Amino acid sequence: MTDLVETGTRSVGSSASKSYYQGDAFAARLRQRYAAERNFKIAGYASIGIAAVMLVVLLSTIIGQGYTAFWQTRIQIEATIDPAEVAPVGTTDRTKISQGNFNKLLRDALAAQFPDITDRSDRRKMYDVLSSGAAYELADAVMENPALIGQKVKLWVTASDDVDQLMKGYIERDAREENRKVNDIQLRVVDKLTADKNIALQFNDTLFTRGDSREPEMAGLWGSIKGSFLTLLVTMFLAVPIGVSAAIYLEEFAPKNKLTDFIEVNINNLAAVPSIVYGLLGLAVFLNFFGMPRSAPLVGGVVLALMTLPIIIIASRAALKAVPPSIRDAALGVGASPLQAVLHHRLPLAMPGILTGTILGMAHALGETAPLLMIGMVAFIVDIPGGFTDSATLLPVQIYMWADSPERAFTERTSAAILVLLGFLVMMNGLAVFLRKKFERRW
Amino acid sequence: MTHKLALAAAAAAVALVGAAGAANAQARDQIRAVGSSTVFPFTTAAAEAFGKGGQFKTPVVESTGTGGGLKLFCGGVGPQHADIANASRRIKASEVESCAKNGVTEITELKIGFDGIVIANSKKAKHVDLTLAQVWKALAKEVPVDGKMVANPYQKWSDIDPSLPATEIEVMGPPPTSGTRDAFNELAMEGGCHKVAEVKAALPDDKARAKACMAIREDGAFVEAGENDNLIVQKLVANPNAFGVFGYSFLDQNKDKLQAAKIDGVAPEYKDIASGKYPVARSLYVYIKNAHAGVIPGIREFIAEYTSERAMGEDGYLADKGLISLPKAERDATRASAINLTPVKL
Repeated sequence: MTDLVETGTRSVGSSASKSYYQGDAFAARLRQRYAAERNFKIAGYASIGIAAVMLVVLLSTIIGQGYTAFWQTRIQIEATIDPAEVAPVGTTDRTKISQGNFNKLLRDALAAQFPDITDRSDRRKMYDVLSSGAAYELADAVMENPALIGQKVKLWVTASDDVDQLMKGYIERDAREENRKVNDIQLRVVDKLTADKNIALQFNDTLFTRGDSREPEMAGLWGSIKGSFLTLLVTMFLAVPIGVSAAIYLEEFAPKNKLTDFIEVNINNLAAVPSIVYGLLGLAVFLNFFGMPRSAPLVGGVVLALMTLPIIIIASRAALKAVPPSIRDAALGVGASPLQAVLHHRLPLAMPGILTGTILGMAHALGETAPLLMIGMVAFIVDIPGGFTDSATLLPVQIYMWADSPERAFTERTSAAILVLLGFLVMMNGLAVFLRKKFERRW
Repeated sequence: MTHKLALAAAAAAVALVGAAGAANAQARDQIRAVGSSTVFPFTTAAAEAFGKGGQFKTPVVESTGTGGGLKLFCGGVGPQHADIANASRRIKASEVESCAKNGVTEITELKIGFDGIVIANSKKAKHVDLTLAQVWKALAKEVPVDGKMVANPYQKWSDIDPSLPATEIEVMGPPPTSGTRDAFNELAMEGGCHKVAEVKAALPDDKARAKACMAIREDGAFVEAGENDNLIVQKLVANPNAFGVFGYSFLDQNKDKLQAAKIDGVAPEYKDIASGKYPVARSLYVYIKNAHAGVIPGIREFIAEYTSERAMGEDGYLADKGLISLPKAERDATRASAINLTPVKL
């Protein structure tokens, strides 16, 4: 715009016959400007395209590797619940039943199908088709229904991780036996079971109902999901009230002086501090000084609250700032006290922005592992946490630990766990978008 | 309104902190183990089996690295300190001293088994057998040429020995923070260095020689691939020219994709690592704080489970997880010290 006016005044005198807007020089400049605009557009498309391709590659690899983990190979076993091995008919006491030798029942049931496998080491190989957790599944079934003692039961129990990988096609059948995790005996057993329709891929509910395990087929995410939930609950109850109050004070009531400037600079700095620093702080203050328990969601929540506080304060202040000052002026004008003007008028209008900032801050906290390393939450924990001081681990930590495990079957479970974590993040971000859309007011 | 909420939350937080502190001051009913990431898979397997017994809570096992774990372990006596430390090397005299300074005077040492460190490449590539001297020459920062130590000139394996393939030397291994790297330095690098006679001639000074033996080249031929051994496995499959250095259990799980080099003519097979024939193998240890036995419920029972034949034996579940079990006599010795809680003397 400016250069058009400038050059226009210069060229008017030089050619009187031709209009300025028809001149070659003008056309060239116009072309150049159009080209610049086009190039900018192309660059924009390209960057979005690259980002989209990367996202697609990331998601497709994770989904491609992980979707099989939502299914698990199970084997149908027909076992006789021998009262001699478990407990006399009529027993209902759970602890008595749990002491029964269910492993033997399962093994006998399997051996009955393959009477020709008699060699001791061959039999061991055959038994390894079943997961070491299968006996507990049978025990659970009998504990649920003690009337089964003395009866014949048909039950689907979990297969071992190697058989599971074979069924999913991750283990090559044609490989030489010594290079294969599944040996020839096991292949034979699996083939017979397949022919009898006694082996099948079923929905892997273990993944969502159990805690961690060293056996991939028995490992679940429920412990870490619950740990994440407990931890984020603590984070929310600490970070939201403190963060929002601090934002209200700083934005609406605090005098503008060197001290508040200093505080503001510090808050902005804290938002950029690497998260491991908060972990070190947690170790030094909460564990060593206050003597709080290691690996507890309580401590994890406090540490993550410290980490998310600056984010919430900054987002809340921005949201409050976006409410037009006329709202406050009007409230004060009709006789509201400054506190009423804020709490009754400005805060409700800023709420959508505050909520969005809070949810994004919490989503950030959900994906964090580094600060938890120092306070002992990167640990193998089987028991499902029941409270804030029980030992617990979190979803991202579980992903990290499964990724580090040697068993092949953990590879797909790692991807599945990532999918579950991504699911939670998408839900949280979706909630943020929904709240913003629903309650946002534009001026 | 919000202020009240904030106050209430703050009060609740303070109360929680107090309650947690008080709860922690009382006895803990769950065993806590810390330490090496190499021993982690075995201690966790034992912990899970122990927890399934149903009498006690499943122990919590943290993977902190050997050094970091022993530091936590030696922090003192009391429920806020760990009961068990996993170590991929023997405890050092300095660590025993710092333990004693904090009141941890009696520690039981349990040698639980061996771990082999393998050098492997993709099955798509040619099988290669190496000697320790060749490994050292391929990876050392400086090697002797014409009686003098010079920056490692070998670019291809065939430069070291014409019988080796004419591919670039590219070895992926653990970073210096890893216990596997410490063991690799000690067993493979130092061991290989001693087999190269020219080093002694080029560096008569013992200290300088020890240092030169352990130094790994930094010109890109040795790639620090991170702590995650699965990552090394994936990279090896993708790049058939590369070799990887990692623990035996990862080879065991990926035998269809990877082949291990024989070192000095011995392949990293279970029985040869167990018998000590395979040169790059180390012992794994678990340390127990005696003062906690009987105070924290289940410690004696847990180490009884850990050292039982069904766990540590040749066909035990720890062997399934990749632990190389000890010879029978040593297993019995470990079991005896587990029962008697014999304090370690260095």
